Parts: sequence; structure tokens; C-alpha cells
Amino acid sequence: MTDTDSPLDFDDIQHILLTRAPALTGRYEFLSFKDGASGRAWLADIAPTVQSSAQVMASTDQQSRWVTIAFTCNGLRQLGVSEDSLATFPEEFRQGMVARAEILGDTGANHPDHWVGGLASPGLHAIVILFARDRAERERCHKAHADTLARHPGVSLLSALDLEAVPPFDHAHDHFGYRDRLSQPAIEGSGEAPTPGSGAALKPGEFILGYPDESGPPSGLPQPEILSRNGSYMAYRCLQEHVGKFRDFLRQHGRTPEEQELIAAKLMGRWRSGAPLTLAPEKDDPALGADPQRNNDFNYKHNDPHGYAVPLGSHMRRMNPRDTAHNMNRRRMIRRGATYGPHLPDVAPEDGRERGIAAFIICASLVRQFEFAQNVWVNDRNFHDLGNERDPIVGNHDGTLEYKIPKRPVRRKITGLPAFTTVRGGAYFFLPGLKALRWLATQPATGKTT
Amino acid sequence: MADDSNDWSKPAAMAIPKGGYFPDKVEKGRYGAVFPKTPTRYGFTIIAKIIPGREETFHEYGRKLETAVAGNPECLAVLKLHTLKWVLFDIKGDTYFMYQGVFDTDFDKYTEDAIELFRSLGINTVFENLEGFPKDWKTNAPAFVDFVRKHHRPSFLEYGEYPYVSAEEVKKALKLKAAFGTALDQMQ
Repeated sequence: MTDTDSPLDFDDIQHILLTRAPALTGRYEFLSFKDGASGRAWLADIAPTVQSSAQVMASTDQQSRWVTIAFTCNGLRQLGVSEDSLATFPEEFRQGMVARAEILGDTGANHPDHWVGGLASPGLHAIVILFARDRAERERCHKAHADTLARHPGVSLLSALDLEAVPPFDHAHDHFGYRDRLSQPAIEGSGEAPTPGSGAALKPGEFILGYPDESGPPSGLPQPEILSRNGSYMAYRCLQEHVGKFRDFLRQHGRTPEEQELIAAKLMGRWRSGAPLTLAPEKDDPALGADPQRNNDFNYKHNDPHGYAVPLGSHMRRMNPRDTAHNMNRRRMIRRGATYGPHLPDVAPEDGRERGIAAFIICASLVRQFEFAQNVWVNDRNFHDLGNERDPIVGNHDGTLEYKIPKRPVRRKITGLPAFTTVRGGAYFFLPGLKALRWLATQPATGKTT
Repeated sequence: MADDSNDWSKPAAMAIPKGGYFPDKVEKGRYGAVFPKTPTRYGFTIIAKIIPGREETFHEYGRKLETAVAGNPECLAVLKLHTLKWVLFDIKGDTYFMYQGVFDTDFDKYTEDAIELFRSLGINTVFENLEGFPKDWKTNAPAFVDFVRKHHRPSFLEYGEYPYVSAEEVKKALKLKAAFGTALDQMQ
């Protein structure tokens, strides 16, 4: 039975759901289990290193590394979760991200056939997410986990990705230079207050299984409850950012550095400083961009209905249409992750090395939240009746689409928009609570529903 | 098959294969295959048998929705509609219900929004009186979609006098016409 009025179980919820670690680097390791016994033994070994939300909230300053573990549906099966139990998980999770590629817009260059690191393989069973305060700590943890894996020959490393923050390190931003982590939903009962303009804190069931959501009490939870309660789903997306191509595009469409900055801002909806165009339509305002009490405090329906400030098809407007979409509270997602690959200095030409964003989108329903955002907001060519556009930053582009920038007296239309990003991998993971991790490690091949 | 890029001024018809899909152009949606866009845009025709003796509930619902739309003309906006028609008819003594809509996005895209809307406007009072409608529809979007798909009878032919034009474009054109009329009045 689920207690719908219970407070959040901070001791059981993995920290990544409710906290943001002050990490400058990290590493993702993608694993495969030869058999259930090997997977369970490895899990029993490593589970104690996974921190709860309560642990991280209590002592973030004293910690230097933060570990998260999650599993694909095949991973749960390999660990011994029964088919009866797996059948209670949502269809999209059971199918996995590869099977949902067309729905997500992962076609052409983004198709799973081109993914790297074995992420499109059915042999992908688990991910270990390490966030580390610095590179020395990352390397220490890397070695420690390599030692752990050496003790468990039935668990193999499919691939790994080292994370690197992009300089300057005083604020989070991607390789294109856009300030990141500006718009995150707050969760009721988490202790985190929403910033102005972010709306009220949302019911925890939008992100954590076993709690009321914006529609009412929890329902349809995967069974047994010990496995699903305090868990969540994570969509992993590894996006290569084509920085040289992006900068070439800005130079092609902006005659001066100021015009190039404006083009960059029009694609995103914010200046690269983070200042939203709704509040700073003509000129960048870095102080505004850095101020969480102001940089999210706007809406569209009344402030900018025609997109003269923030184009209707811009990345920010697609990913969070705010008051111009219905039932927004049922579409929100938590985003965690980091950049990877070397920084390309502003004056340097494209060096051909891979760099990008490797992020997790965390939500209680992949089909209602993540897949909706990908299918409708990012890749629907007719979003807001735009006719022939997709998200200019993360949408699937083949050079045939356009981008319209409303402007009086006549709008500007850029045709032949190139792909600034390419999907290099992805997967759907289930993020169990800590009790569920222990249950998975110690319940060999029973998994009977209760 | 008619071309999507057709000029709006050139009426178009589209013959649709049995089953409602063009086999070589089936697009995968979140809840299953997406029915194709036609000269009349997207739409569905849901036909289902009503639970015997419930006819009056449908008429009550009709009056209720009329009041809801009068009170808030934008209340159905999320469905991106052109038109909706509700029909009751008899076959061999049984009463059937037909719900036919024409709209601008495929049904798959805004399924959850539609469910939320149906609940808030009490449209469920109609569907819950249909045989086989899932009792847990409010929290089980896949079951709701499954009912809609099973009871949808795809067209085999659709015709548009102004093909592929969205409701938004129609409204924009009418607004422009009204604005021009006002401008001309001011010139007198």
C-alpha cells in the first residue's frame, strides 16, 4: 500500500533526484552483466557508495564524489527481476530508447545505428554515474571502480565517458557558451523554493514514484513496490555539439560580433549570459543572466505572444512553453548532467575533436514527459504553426528546415539550418531507491509481484 | 496520394488504403502508429455502442458542453480543432454513438492533454456510457488510447476545399480581413 500523504523519503531517494552536486568533472560507466549472480554481487559491492538525498543534503561540503546507479530494462531482467514484474513497468521503458528512436526524432545521423559506446546494444544493463569535485578525485574513483570490476569478472565495462566542465568555471555552460541550469522545477516537500517565474513547486509524483502527482494519488506503480517506490526514470542523451559549425553559422548570419550574439540569443531565447530576451530584448544584460531571482521571471502569453523577443521556435520556448502550453505541470522534467570533451577556445578553428553534453532527463513518466518533449516540442515541424522548423539547437536537422525570427516590419527567415548537435547515444534507465538497490542485490531471481 | 505542399486554393481529395494507413509511410507515435494527414488535416471518427438506456445522459452532456464553451470559448483550444460532431444513431435496435473530429495535430501528440480536458469538462460523462470504455482511463492513458484506436473507423476518402489549411491560419486570415475592413473604414 502506498501512503499518498507521506513526506519525501530523503534517506531512500538517490541524491541525483533532489540535489545538484558541486562537481567540476565526473565519469559515466556503462556496464553489462554476464549473468544475474555477477550483477548482483557487483551491486552488493558498490551499493554502499551510492548516497541518498539526505546524505548529500547534510554534508555536501565535506564530500568530494557522488555516485548514482541505474538500470535498463534488460539490466533489471539480467539481475533476476521476473517477467511478471517487468510487465508492470511502462511500455516505453520496456522497449528502450533504441526502439523508440523514430518517436524521439533519432533518425538520419542521430539514428541508433550510429551511436557509440555500445549504448544501442541490448547488452547495456547499467550505468554508474560519478560526479567528482575535481579531476584527481575522478581518477581516484575511476581506479577504485576498476578494482571493483576486477573482482567481478562477470561485469564488463561497455564504455565510459569522462566529463569536463567548460571554462570559465564560475558558472555552468555548454560548449556553445550558453549558461546552463537556469530553469529547473522545484519539488513540493524537497525544501527547495522555486525561483520567481518558475511556478509553484510540483507534486513529487511528477518525478518520484510512489507519491501523489499533479493528477492525484499514485497509480499503476511497477511491482513489487519495494522496487519502484522512491525510484524514477532517466532518459540519457549524449549530444555532440558542433562548435565550429555553430560559430561559422553565427558569422554567416551576423555581420558584427553584436549581430552574431543576437543570432545566438534568438536561437536559444536567451543571451549566452543567460539573460532572457523577454527581459533584455535589445542588449545583453549579464547581471540579469546571473541572477536566479530575475533570470526566469517571465511568461510569453502576455509578454511576448508573437515571439518578437523570443522566437516561437527557439530552444527555450520549445523546452518550456510556460503559459502558452496546456497542462505544463505534467510535462516538467529534472535535468542533470555535464559537458564532455575539450573546450574549443573562441579564436580556435574547429579541431575535429568530439565535445558535447551528456545529460539525464529525470521524470516519473517517460512517455508523458520526456517523449512528449522530444516528439512534440523539439521535433514537431509545425510546433506553434511554424510550418517547417524544429528545435534549432537539439532538433533533428538535415539542412532542409528553416528558422524564423519575428521582427517588425518583416520577419527574418534563415533557411537551410544545419545540425548543431548529433545524438551519439542514449538509453532509458530506471533509477531505484536505495532500499530497492539492496533488494536487487539480494533477491536472486525471485522478483515475484506482491 | 495528394501532396502536402498543395496550394490552399486548389481543392484536393485523398483516397486512403484499408486500415487507414499508407503502408510505406506509417509514422510511429508515442502510443502507436499515427494516422496520416489528409487534405482535411487530422481527425477521427469514433463509433461505439452506448450502454442501453443511457441516451438522455448524452443529451444532458450536450447542454453541459454548450454552456462550458459559452462560458469559456477557449476551453477546447488544446485539441486544436476545426470541428467536432456528436451523433447518436440506431442499428437493429441498438443505439450507437459517433464522435467525429477534425483537428490540426495527430491525436497521438496531445493525448494526455485531451484526457485532462475530458476530465475537467466532464466529457467523460459521454465516454463512460460507452460499452468497453476503460474504467481507469483517468490514470491510464494507454488504455484510453487503445479504446479510441479500436473504435476509430478511418476514412477511405477525404476532401478539402481549402486543403491542409490549419484553423489558426483560417482565423489569421479572418482577422486580417477584419483589420483591412477597419483600415478601409478609417480611409473614408
